[in-house]
Parts: sequence; structure tokens; C-alpha cells
Amino acid sequence: MDIQFALETFWSLLSALPLTLKLAATSIALGSVLALGLALARLSGNLALDLFARAYVFLFRGTPLLVQIFLIYYGLSQFPAVRHSIFWPLLREPYWCAVLALMLNTAAYASEIIRGGLLSVPHGQVEAARACGMGRFMIFRRIVMPQALRQALPGYGNEMISMVKATSLASIITLMEITGVAAKIISESYRVIEVFVVAGVIYLAINFALTRLVAFAEHRLNPQLRPPLPISAELKGEAH
Amino acid sequence: MKKTTAIIASALAVAAGLMSMPAKAEDKKWTKVTIATEGAFPPYNLTKADGTLDGYEIELSKYLCDHMKVECTIIAQSFDGLIPALNAGKFDAIMAGMSATEKRKEVIDFSMSYGSTGQAFATLKGGELETLPMKGELFSLASNEAGARKAVDELKPLVEGKTIGVQTASIAARFIDEYLKDVVEVREYKTTEQHDLDLVAGRVDFVMASMGYLKTAVEKPANSDMVIVGPRFQGGFLGAGSSVGLRKSDPELKALFDDAIAAAKADGTIKRLSEKWFGFDLTPQ
Repeated sequence: MDIQFALETFWSLLSALPLTLKLAATSIALGSVLALGLALARLSGNLALDLFARAYVFLFRGTPLLVQIFLIYYGLSQFPAVRHSIFWPLLREPYWCAVLALMLNTAAYASEIIRGGLLSVPHGQVEAARACGMGRFMIFRRIVMPQALRQALPGYGNEMISMVKATSLASIITLMEITGVAAKIISESYRVIEVFVVAGVIYLAINFALTRLVAFAEHRLNPQLRPPLPISAELKGEAH
Repeated sequence: MKKTTAIIASALAVAAGLMSMPAKAEDKKWTKVTIATEGAFPPYNLTKADGTLDGYEIELSKYLCDHMKVECTIIAQSFDGLIPALNAGKFDAIMAGMSATEKRKEVIDFSMSYGSTGQAFATLKGGELETLPMKGELFSLASNEAGARKAVDELKPLVEGKTIGVQTASIAARFIDEYLKDVVEVREYKTTEQHDLDLVAGRVDFVMASMGYLKTAVEKPANSDMVIVGPRFQGGFLGAGSSVGLRKSDPELKALFDDAIAAAKADGTIKRLSEKWFGFDLTPQ
């Protein structure tokens, strides 16, 4: 292990960090919206929507992300109809192809996580809310969603970490994110260990920050699990 | 006391064993050689529809192995991992259209060249770059560096702002890095077939790759819009041509390959096979 070389590599890889973060953040953000839509479609009770969501999840969860990225980038561009369509300015760019593939993929997994969260809310609470005169949207906003979010968060945290690592596949469609730059440095220097160790450390650091953020969100969303605040002095006197 | 003597004796035995090892390696008789190729770089090496390997190097390797009187196994793996895997002992030789560049020579050894084509550009028919000047002219970075640089300067204004596709870590990538980096946007691909796909899709304006490769690429039905344009470059860091990559610790295997390649040159095998696969003679001068 050559420390000097590892340090140089570290700085080169750091220049690719913004792209990795951008890919992960964009695809997670867009994917979560799609995932919520899919989870609601699954639970809508509408057969057509339900079947669509089931088929979607089956397709995207059942095929490797690598294959999806290849098909979206190299596959779609084979059809002149796609190249002449209004989507081409976006599909022409490797960045948007990668975002599209990552987003479609994470939506499939995340929709199942969100569905699990939504189903965890006891039906009695929904009935009680209805009895209080709340409308469907208000029940969803005030009763179902906050609890579903709480239930889904640990699983969703896992999915976000997977997505950060999955951005490494974008290097196969010419995007020079961390793994892409690492592969380039390796093919120029033929030194595998230093480069991959440094790349691994960077991913580890990103995911450390991410897990802290998820843990913080869990802490905020679960007041019932926190120890109660100490009772103040004035109240102590009056208690008995 | 007895125990100490026994330890010293065994230590000496181990040391003697270690010392005799290099001597053994020197007169190692090669009977089996595993050769690695890429299987995705036609016509040098390619994978047929049924999964078997074929191509110029595959046929040439059969001749070379017969001449060296060794039993050869050919395996395929991705190009960018070839050199580390060779040094890790996963196989004994590389025949993957690999040019013997100075940089690679720092890490591995090369046999003499078994074919030289030069690097050329390709673009789409009807595109802006189809009329790139100096078509077919050959510039050597070794013997005529000034001429090559002049040719590049003439190309620069024409390709300014264009996007070029090259294979990662290839000598074409190095060429662009040294000569055209400041005027073109570079996209790097794992395989040359991928940059062809993107050329046809219109994501890159032109590509640079070995002339031998481009010549077969433009003949594929899917690449019917692709044309070879502009000058060719060879020599210098572009390498003397494709050579067999070998570990530095196997000089006797290098001697075997050199001898076999010299024989293939002398009896016209290289000329015959390269004309069959490339359509022109690759015999290195």
C-alpha cells in the first residue's frame, strides 16, 4: 500500500464525488415520488392500477439494475423513433439515462417499503378518524402518513444506502462518478488495491453520513420512544 | 540443544529451497500456456454467436502454440483487468490487440509485434466531420513527430467543440489526451463496440480506435452509416503494434513467443491471417 499514491487517488476520486451525490440524490428524490404513487396504486382497490403496480414491481425488482441501465442507454437509442422523439434531448445524455434507470429501480423497491408502512397503520385508527369527521385526504395526511413514514423509515434507509452504492454502475455508460474514475485510474496505473480501498472509504463516508441522517430523522419522528423529559423543579413541589 | 539444532537445520533447508527456486524457474519447461483475450475486439478477437472465440489472434495463437509445442487454453475477460490479472498469475499471456506501450512496459513484458494497424477516426456519413482532410495519410509519432503535430493542428479547428468516444485506457484515449484534449469533449467507454453504438445514436460526433478494428466495424450492418475519416497515426506511445503481453518473470516464455512470431512472419502466416481478418497486411516492418 503506497500512501502517497493513495492520497493522490483520494483527491482525484473526490472530484467525482459531486456527480455520485447528484446521481443518488436526484434518483432517490424522483424515485420516492414514483414509489408513493405505486404504493397508493397497489392499495387503491382499483384492479387496473393494482395490476399495473404489481407488474411494474415484478419487472424492475426481478431484473438486474445493470441490465436496466444498459437497455435504457444503449437499447432505447437503437430505435430511430426514440432518437427523433421529444425525449431524445434527455435520453441522449448519459446522466439522465442513469437517473432514469436508478429512479425506476429504486421506485420498485421503495414502493413495497412504503406499502408495508401504510399497511402497518391499524385500521381502527382510520375508523376512529372517520368517526371524528375527517375526510379521506385529512386522514391520510394526519393519521396514516405520519405513522407509515415512521414504520417505513428503517427499511427506506436501507434502500437509500443501496442507491448510493448503485450509482457505481453508472460508470458503464461513460459517467465518470467515483467508481468510473477509480476504474480509469486502475487501468492507467494497474494498481487495484490502493484505488479500490480509497473508493471504498469514500462510499463508506457517504453512507455513514446518510445513516446518521436517517437515525436523526427516526429520532425526531418517534417521540414515544425517547426517554421522558425531566420534570421541572416548580412542578416537583406541587406534585404531592 | 538438540531442538535448536533441529530448528537451524530446518531453517537452512527452507533457505536452500528458496535459493534453488529461481534456478528452477529459469529452466522451467512450458508445456501448458493459458492465453487471455478480450473476445470483444473484432477482428483481433471476437466471440461468435455460439459463445466460442474466434479472430485473428485466436487463429494466430494456434499457429504460435503449435510452433512452441505447448498446449494452449484461451480464455476471455474484460480488457481493463488483463494486466493486473496477468501479474496475479491468473493466466500466462495476453493476446488482446494490446499495443506494447512504454507505460505498459513498466509493468509487464511484451513479445515482438505480431501486427500493426495505426489509429484512425470514424464518424457518421453525412456528418460535419465526414470531410476531415488527409484521409488515409499515415503519420508516425516515432519518426515524424513534427508532421503528426502539424496534422493535428490542421484538424483542431475542424473538431473544436465536438464529442469524441474512445475506449478507456486505450492508446486512442492517450492520443486524445496528449493532442486534442483542449478542443474536444472526451467520453470513455468500456468497449469499442459501445462507442460505435453511441456514434450511430448520435451521442458522440466521432470516435478514435485502431484502424484494424474500425475497418471491420464499418462493415457491420448496424454501422452502415459509419465511415473512416482523416489521417492515421502510429508509432511512439501508440506502440509498435499488438504484442503478446507476458509477466516480467517469464523471460523463457517471451523467447518462445518471439521465436514463434518470427517464424509466423517469415513463412507468411501473419500476412495470410491478417489479410483474411483485416483485409490488409499487418506484418510489422
